[in-house]
Amino acid sequence: MTSTINHHLTDDLLMSYATGSLPEAFSLVVATHISLCDECRARLAGFEAVGGAVLDEAPACAMEEDSFAATMRLIAQMPTETRIEAEDESVKGLFPKPLRDYVGGDVDAVQWRSLGGKVRQAVLPTSADATVRLLYIPAGVAMPDHGHAGMELTMVLQGAFDDDDGHFGRGDVEVANEELKHTPVAAPGADCICIVATDAPLKFSGLLPRIAQPFIGI
Amino acid sequence: MNERHTSDARWVRLVERVRSDKDQAAFGELFAHFAPRVKAFLMKSGADSSLAEECAQEVMATVWHKAQLFDPERASVATWVFTIARNRRIDALRKQRRPEPEDLTWGPEHEPDQSETIALQQESKQLGRALAALPQNQRVLIERAYFGELSHSEIAAETGLPLGTIKSRIRLALERLRQEMK
Repeated sequence: MTSTINHHLTDDLLMSYATGSLPEAFSLVVATHISLCDECRARLAGFEAVGGAVLDEAPACAMEEDSFAATMRLIAQMPTETRIEAEDESVKGLFPKPLRDYVGGDVDAVQWRSLGGKVRQAVLPTSADATVRLLYIPAGVAMPDHGHAGMELTMVLQGAFDDDDGHFGRGDVEVANEELKHTPVAAPGADCICIVATDAPLKFSGLLPRIAQPFIGI
Repeated sequence: MNERHTSDARWVRLVERVRSDKDQAAFGELFAHFAPRVKAFLMKSGADSSLAEECAQEVMATVWHKAQLFDPERASVATWVFTIARNRRIDALRKQRRPEPEDLTWGPEHEPDQSETIALQQESKQLGRALAALPQNQRVLIERAYFGELSHSEIAAETGLPLGTIKSRIRLALERLRQEMK
């Protein structure tokens, strides 16, 4: 339910997604959030409308002479776009469609790898300019203490977590930057599943996680 | 000024004719306006002229095939064409996938609401005017962000302006656009 989302995407992220300059990993988190959040969907429409106005006002660049005929030939060759059928509510699982497309299914299709202490992760395949992973943190368990070299964008899919910035439940996003050194703790109740995009490796504060980091690939 | 409003509403009718009648003359008018703009957009993003020509044709072919998915209550035709061109650019120039949000689906018997459609097309006109009225240094940065496929830090590197200045100018520009749209 949209009404329960309290932590939204920033203008910066929405505009970068609208202009198409966001790395694929971050775009996946943005698309996943917007699938659940009508407020950010409406704000995105605003940023895309600016793109429409820019395109409309833009100087034109002449097309080749046979361009229209070539396009009509192209149209004849392309398969007709059929309306994307609305999915049956009963098929809807935990993951919104953009995430299901990357996982190849819902939560039961995730190939988890243990990070120790029942914490698990699954890195999803995207372009190399940033990384996106699913994290599974059992209820009541803390994420390893870490800071960031770059930006980290986290969205809750199941359960909830708490940190210095507040309480984050399903659909909520947290944007963390270099200054924020946070220790999210999964709230009691359902185990917490998050999707996390990062544009630089996480920096763990403790010695042990720092040694383990190259091996567990977080 | 009224010319823009007329054209916004006209684009919607032309897309409807493409959708319902596979009307090539209607498509020809859309093509004449949008294809050269999409081509210029792609060239500013770094495509050479033959790649931009090819991609602009593909974008327009997508406009034909996806005409049934166009929703005049949610976007102007220019905005819709922009999103198709942007996605083609990400695919062709950056070789990346583009995750898109789940579609919002109207009820099965939903017919576009005429007054909603008109309101949205009027807002688009207002937005175009507001954009044109921005101070040049703000407008240029907005155009580059949408056109040049540049992140804020890449714009900073290219213009020599500090990142903070770029971000605050873009923020100011967006604030002005918001004020204008109230």
